[in-house]
Amino acid sequence: MIKSIVIAGFGGQGVMLMGKIIAEAAMFDGLNVTWLPSYGPEMRGGTANCTVIIGDEPIGSPVVDSPDVVIAMNIPSMMKFEEILKKDGTILLNSSVIDRAPSRKDLKVYKIDANKIADTIGNAKILNMVTLGAFAKATGFIKIEAIGKALEETFANRNKKLVDLNLQAVENGMKLVTD
Amino acid sequence: MTIDKIVAQTPKSLSKVEFSYCPGCHHGIVHRLIAEVIDELGIASKTIMVAPVGCSVFAYNFFDLDGTVAAHGRAPAVATGMKRALPDRIIFTYQGDGDLASIGTAEIVHAANRGENITTIFINNAVYGMTGGQMAPTTLLGQKTTTSPYGRDAKANGYPIRMSEMLSTLDGSAYIERTMVTTPQNVIKTKAAIKKAFQVQLKGLGFSMIEVLSTCPTNWGMTPIESMKWLEDHMTKTFPLGVFVDRTKGLM
Amino acid sequence: MKMLMKGTEAIAEAAVRAGCRLYFGYPITPQSELTEYMAKRMPEVKGTFLQSESEVATVNMLYGAACTGRKVMTSTSSPGFSLMQEGISYMAGAELPAVFINVMRGGPGLGDIQPSQSDYFQSTKGGGHGDYRMIVLAPHTLQEAAGMMNEAFELAFKYRMLVTILVDGMIGQMMEPVELPKWTKPEEFAEPDWALTGANGRKPRKVTSFDLDPYELEKMNLRYQETYKKVAQNEVKYEEFKIEDAEITVVAYGTTARIVKTVVDYARKSGIKVGLFRPITLWPFPYDRLSEISKNVKNILTVEMSYGQMLEDVKLAVLGKSNVHFYGRSAGVVPTPVEILDSIKKIVR
Repeated sequence: MIKSIVIAGFGGQGVMLMGKIIAEAAMFDGLNVTWLPSYGPEMRGGTANCTVIIGDEPIGSPVVDSPDVVIAMNIPSMMKFEEILKKDGTILLNSSVIDRAPSRKDLKVYKIDANKIADTIGNAKILNMVTLGAFAKATGFIKIEAIGKALEETFANRNKKLVDLNLQAVENGMKLVTD
Repeated sequence: MTIDKIVAQTPKSLSKVEFSYCPGCHHGIVHRLIAEVIDELGIASKTIMVAPVGCSVFAYNFFDLDGTVAAHGRAPAVATGMKRALPDRIIFTYQGDGDLASIGTAEIVHAANRGENITTIFINNAVYGMTGGQMAPTTLLGQKTTTSPYGRDAKANGYPIRMSEMLSTLDGSAYIERTMVTTPQNVIKTKAAIKKAFQVQLKGLGFSMIEVLSTCPTNWGMTPIESMKWLEDHMTKTFPLGVFVDRTKGLM
Repeated sequence: MKMLMKGTEAIAEAAVRAGCRLYFGYPITPQSELTEYMAKRMPEVKGTFLQSESEVATVNMLYGAACTGRKVMTSTSSPGFSLMQEGISYMAGAELPAVFINVMRGGPGLGDIQPSQSDYFQSTKGGGHGDYRMIVLAPHTLQEAAGMMNEAFELAFKYRMLVTILVDGMIGQMMEPVELPKWTKPEEFAEPDWALTGANGRKPRKVTSFDLDPYELEKMNLRYQETYKKVAQNEVKYEEFKIEDAEITVVAYGTTARIVKTVVDYARKSGIKVGLFRPITLWPFPYDRLSEISKNVKNILTVEMSYGQMLEDVKLAVLGKSNVHFYGRSAGVVPTPVEILDSIKKIVR
């Protein structure tokens, strides 16, 4: 089974890191992964996206025609990627920024008020981890233990507080999705 | 007959290969001075030479040292690679004016600017020798060459470039001097300058370069004696002799 | 233990583990992370990192450092690789070993910074002047790229040749779990008997790429050709993926081959038996094996991120024994699995 996820938003919303944590967590769960960034001259402010593929078999193409899941952090990203999303696919929207619904009706839609929850926790930057938590719960692709491990790996050289803060954001995000 | 005292002999650091230079050319004198300095400093065993493209392309073979030939102008980059790989060896480049002051300007400027601990011997004869007497960046204004047949015109070709002065503005340059070898006194001065340049490297003080004004009787269309006079009368006006930077005071 | 690594970083770390302690480079997208990694890493392993003033200087620093018989490398991307061609020709002529990483981007000219495979001609046919060859390796995953670094240095020293690892921006920029190769022991690396280290009592050594006597230079050239012949006999590498029963065989390398692996699965699900032939050495190109394969398959499709460069070698191998088709995107546009599948369907139907 191979699953593909496109994560897109403004530069600075942490979409690349979100993708990396998803990929790393899946790796710690023993799966094969690829993480492919769109890269360009923009450092901040432009649009950015990455494609993550997770599979229990070797991954061929790191490029996908139609992803299983799209995480859209802003309106342009939603409009761009809902078009290519697989039939009956899943889309997670940052509803703090996206004030409308996707036009397709076959999609499973999760609206995440990521900015607001991040503010409540006390750090606006962790909106990506809130969204990641919702993604983990909604798809079941990655487990919380593996996410914790991936966060530790990523922030290895920084303080433990940062790991805890991000993990707290992930857990809050997970709570947003109910079965 | 026994020999009581050796007055002169071929320096050990020169090979047995015969020089291929034209009569009256100064390359041979400068080669000999470098070899004498290497012998006197006792560094032949750890010296590597980087020869250029130009008349002195064969220099790698005239010295009895490990050596290579760089692409045109790139000797300072090649020497940089060697020095970084083997910091305790002595690395020197030998370059002409087309090589150093034209096609290899970027390489010499950045090697000097990095304070690369190498020595460069720069032979400036105001003309491209090997390719047959074309205009060099150091060709004097009004000087006729095969590519400036009406004389070098500043409007079309710019001005003779003074590399020693230019490089001396860089903080990485430890010692830069311009000399000539037209008289025995000047030969002695040049040898002292070359020796100092190698000593700067031995001390690890940074980039050192000796520019030697030289003749090219063949391409200048003069006899060796005429060309010496022309060098003294004309070249030294555009390229004055002297020490342009010395950041070694109190360190040697 | 597997680590999630970026392609550029995996390659750099593998090079360090392969014993490379001399890196010279100049920043250029999409490989600057490799240069940055080396800037940080080399001091940690008592190695040397130097940012040059240009790629022209880089390759000549490599020349100088390679003269000393050490393992040396650089990395660059297409326009930078063009600037290095002069030095590459000189190094090939001087029989100096070194490893180059070219992370290809869209061209010609300034082009763009997206993945491309349009430096195939430049790498395999000689971008510099003269009769020379360089060994060109084309990994298709990060694991393969990392695993190749030690081999690259071994080949370089075994044959006194330049080795290029030719990847595209996608392999450079993507992340994947990588099991890093084992450390080699630098003390086991013997100094070659041609290295310039200062004569110190022995006969002085000379390393050059020239001899003005044409008969002498021809002797040198014949020696190079002997070496190239040996490499072509002994070092050809390729991968065959589901070609036994294939009605159409795709030939692709690097990232494109990887995408084609997915296409093979897609196609087989829809009833078309597709196989993949993946050259791992682009020079020497696996002419003989591809020639054999072409006897048993009606259609061969070459897919590249260029407008048909490897295609010429495929045609030379096939020599009319089967139909050769081509599908390519270039300028930084990466073909998707569905696009490639569509081009297969057009041929089969």
